Amino acid sequence: MSEDEELPDLGGGSTRSSNSTAVSGGGGDHNYVSPSPDQVLENVLENVLCFLTSRRDRNAASLVCKSWYRAEALTRSELFIGNCYSVSPRRVTNRFRLVKAIAIKGKPRFSDFSLLPPDWGAHFGPWLSAMSRSYRALEKLYLKRMSVTDDDLSFAAQSFPILKELVMVCCEGFGTGGLAIVASGCREIRVLELMDSDVGDDEADWISCFPDNVTCLESFVFDCVEAPINFEALERLVARSPSLKKLRLNCYISIGQLYRLMIRAPQLTHLGTGSFSPLEIVAQGEQELNYFSAFAACKSLICLSGFREIIPDYLSAIYPVCGNLTSLNLSYANINAEQLKPVICLCHKLQTFWVLDSVSDEGLQAVSAACKDLRELRVFPVQALEDAEGPVSEVGLLAISEGCRKLQSILYFCQRMTNAAVVAMSKNCLDLVVFRLCIMGRHRPDHITGEPMDEGFGAIVKNCKKLTRLAVSGLLTDRAFSYIGQYGKLLRTLSVAFAGNTDLGLKYLLEGCPKLQKLEIRDSPFGDSALFAGLHHYYNMRFLWMSSCKVTRQGCEEIARQLPGLVVEVITRDREENETSEYVDTLYMYRSLDGPRADAPRLMVRPSLMICGKHCTSTECRFSIARSLDFTLSVWVPCISR
Amino acid sequence: MEVGVMKMVNMLSHEAQGKKEKLDLKETELRLGLPGTDGEIMGKNLIMNYNGKRGYQETVDLKLNLSGMDQTDHHKEKNLQKEKTPAKAQVVGWPPVRSFRKNVMAVQKNGSEETTDKAGMGGATFVKVSMDGAPYLRKVDLKMYTSYQELFDALGKMFSSFTIGMIDFMNESKLMDLLNGSEYVPTYEDKDGDWMLVGDVPWKMFVESCKRLRIMKGTEAIGLAPRAMEKCKNRS
Repeated sequence: MSEDEELPDLGGGSTRSSNSTAVSGGGGDHNYVSPSPDQVLENVLENVLCFLTSRRDRNAASLVCKSWYRAEALTRSELFIGNCYSVSPRRVTNRFRLVKAIAIKGKPRFSDFSLLPPDWGAHFGPWLSAMSRSYRALEKLYLKRMSVTDDDLSFAAQSFPILKELVMVCCEGFGTGGLAIVASGCREIRVLELMDSDVGDDEADWISCFPDNVTCLESFVFDCVEAPINFEALERLVARSPSLKKLRLNCYISIGQLYRLMIRAPQLTHLGTGSFSPLEIVAQGEQELNYFSAFAACKSLICLSGFREIIPDYLSAIYPVCGNLTSLNLSYANINAEQLKPVICLCHKLQTFWVLDSVSDEGLQAVSAACKDLRELRVFPVQALEDAEGPVSEVGLLAISEGCRKLQSILYFCQRMTNAAVVAMSKNCLDLVVFRLCIMGRHRPDHITGEPMDEGFGAIVKNCKKLTRLAVSGLLTDRAFSYIGQYGKLLRTLSVAFAGNTDLGLKYLLEGCPKLQKLEIRDSPFGDSALFAGLHHYYNMRFLWMSSCKVTRQGCEEIARQLPGLVVEVITRDREENETSEYVDTLYMYRSLDGPRADAPRLMVRPSLMICGKHCTSTECRFSIARSLDFTLSVWVPCISR
Repeated sequence: MEVGVMKMVNMLSHEAQGKKEKLDLKETELRLGLPGTDGEIMGKNLIMNYNGKRGYQETVDLKLNLSGMDQTDHHKEKNLQKEKTPAKAQVVGWPPVRSFRKNVMAVQKNGSEETTDKAGMGGATFVKVSMDGAPYLRKVDLKMYTSYQELFDALGKMFSSFTIGMIDFMNESKLMDLLNGSEYVPTYEDKDGDWMLVGDVPWKMFVESCKRLRIMKGTEAIGLAPRAMEKCKNRS
């Protein structure tokens, strides 16, 4: 469970070394008569390289010399593609021949918040084509923010007969029809996880498509599938899946149905409880089931989530497992402090806790008192509005900082905050790696002193020496950025919104943070001069995103000219005649070995849905388009023509 | 001036609803523009919505939240002048909460307002929506909307590449134009199994009786016209 996971769990531990298969394989012909010294070296290398699992280590090894490069390429079995457009599928399959597990990430994170047009890209298709030829022994596929069609899923099921794990996070473009094909086609599937993905309801009874025999399912996560499912089929599936450890149900599963499933699968370690409410009126005469005992029977349960339409009365059913829980996700459960307390006070082993701000500061105080081992906290807003009532504030943050000293990661939405509380957290929680504070009112200062939030965030970067990810908010001046540039030496990911005064702000960041990989900025007054300040660094970054800032077209062109290895994508929405803007709306730039992509909406070979104003008459498009979204996506081709 | 995704021929008015909200074309016009570029539109939150994902759209959700505000706030938003940094209007993608989560919370909110018994889902009225030519069905919860306009907005975003004509039951010739044209027309199947043009009956009655929606080409809906024509004649 992670709403924004950085690294997928591909390996599951080095003991599962899929690299070991490389030993017998390898790329060279084994000349048993008299191996040359080079050959010996390569054999030795291949055997040694098996033990290198970290991709960063492998990247380093591959740079030693050509021989090491070749050996490493032949023995790398887990691939991580952080940006699907940074390299072409063909280049990847040419270099790495023995891949068993691959992770591909597509759209930039701000696409989650509707800041990119639909059909922007990140299509899985081209990757699938290349992989279907070269990686037929693929076992694990992890996709994040990719556009995947039902046809893709079908082709994948055919192409990878021994596929064991399919995980899709924040993906879209497919429906339950595609899932049906996966269920029936991927006979070896052990892990099927759909998270935060937009799955269309094709009315396919996909649950019934799993093969009838005993399955090897270990993890089955479909809580984001917003479509009813065939419960009887699910019950039978669970009954014939003895290895099932993780099961996350969607909101169409009632608590009564949950009960039946739990009875069948007491061995579960991770459970997503679905709606956690009856869904239908409980029939008269029917006894209320003993949910408490169902939970009590699940002695291995360590992770609970779901509670999508919770009736708070039922929450007491989980008491028996609270003492063992290391992870609890109540972030869809609109409960108050009084309802939370009896649960949380039992969760003394809790390390990960996601919750709604409905529990208020008081609820967070209870968390602080009970969960001394807490590592990760996320507090989400019930009302994601700027001017809503804010039940949590600096009081809750302070309490957490005082009680949960081992905190490593926090995401906190609130309506008001003070520098003092943030400073306190910076001093109390020295292990912080991720600090994301979202003060929902734009430009909101410290609500007690009226000061900007500069000092608070400054303290975080200064005191939390392990910090690699930061998201800032509230009223911030350039000073805040000077602090970040000065102290944020390990910072890799930074999110900025509605902050800063002048170009200096961005300059501080680009000049000061040597490890910066992912920088996403929106609605901040940074312009071309600041953009140029990062020329020395952009090749080291995964991407830079700037939307609604003060970057001009000329500025973007200049960057593209100076850095031919970057792809500079600019989105400018068409405006009415009398409206002009000197600034581009969105700049998204990233390094790429293979130049601008061919599938940018405007450059699509077949008429695109996104070509402004044009009527799409392609037979592939089933819609009759009278008016499409007006925007122009320009992709700069620097110096070298394609 | 050309319009954005939706084109509204004329605003619907129902005597049964009591309230006559005859908005002129400009106000109901939808355009893509930055927040603050057109003060009149800001309040509708129909700005720079790139979310073509399936499922509920961000702005629909924002509308729902707005309904919790009192009327004065709503009108205040509508009348805001051009501003580069709008103070009160909601901005696209802010706060940065994913649509999935926003949708879930919105559904919960509506569910709880409707029900007093234990059946948490009882408040929703989900109906399937199909569109001629579209490869997949959608589902909408009619209880999430309070008027035909809101429903059409949502449908328009779900199937974002077509325009739905608004049916003017007051004007026979306009109705015929619509049905003869190539635009799409929303129809629904009611409790009796009859297919009707959407907009025929007062909103609340529609929500009670609608079983499923089908968005069909105007020319195909022409068969439904006789009934609608009757109503036209009865009204005028």
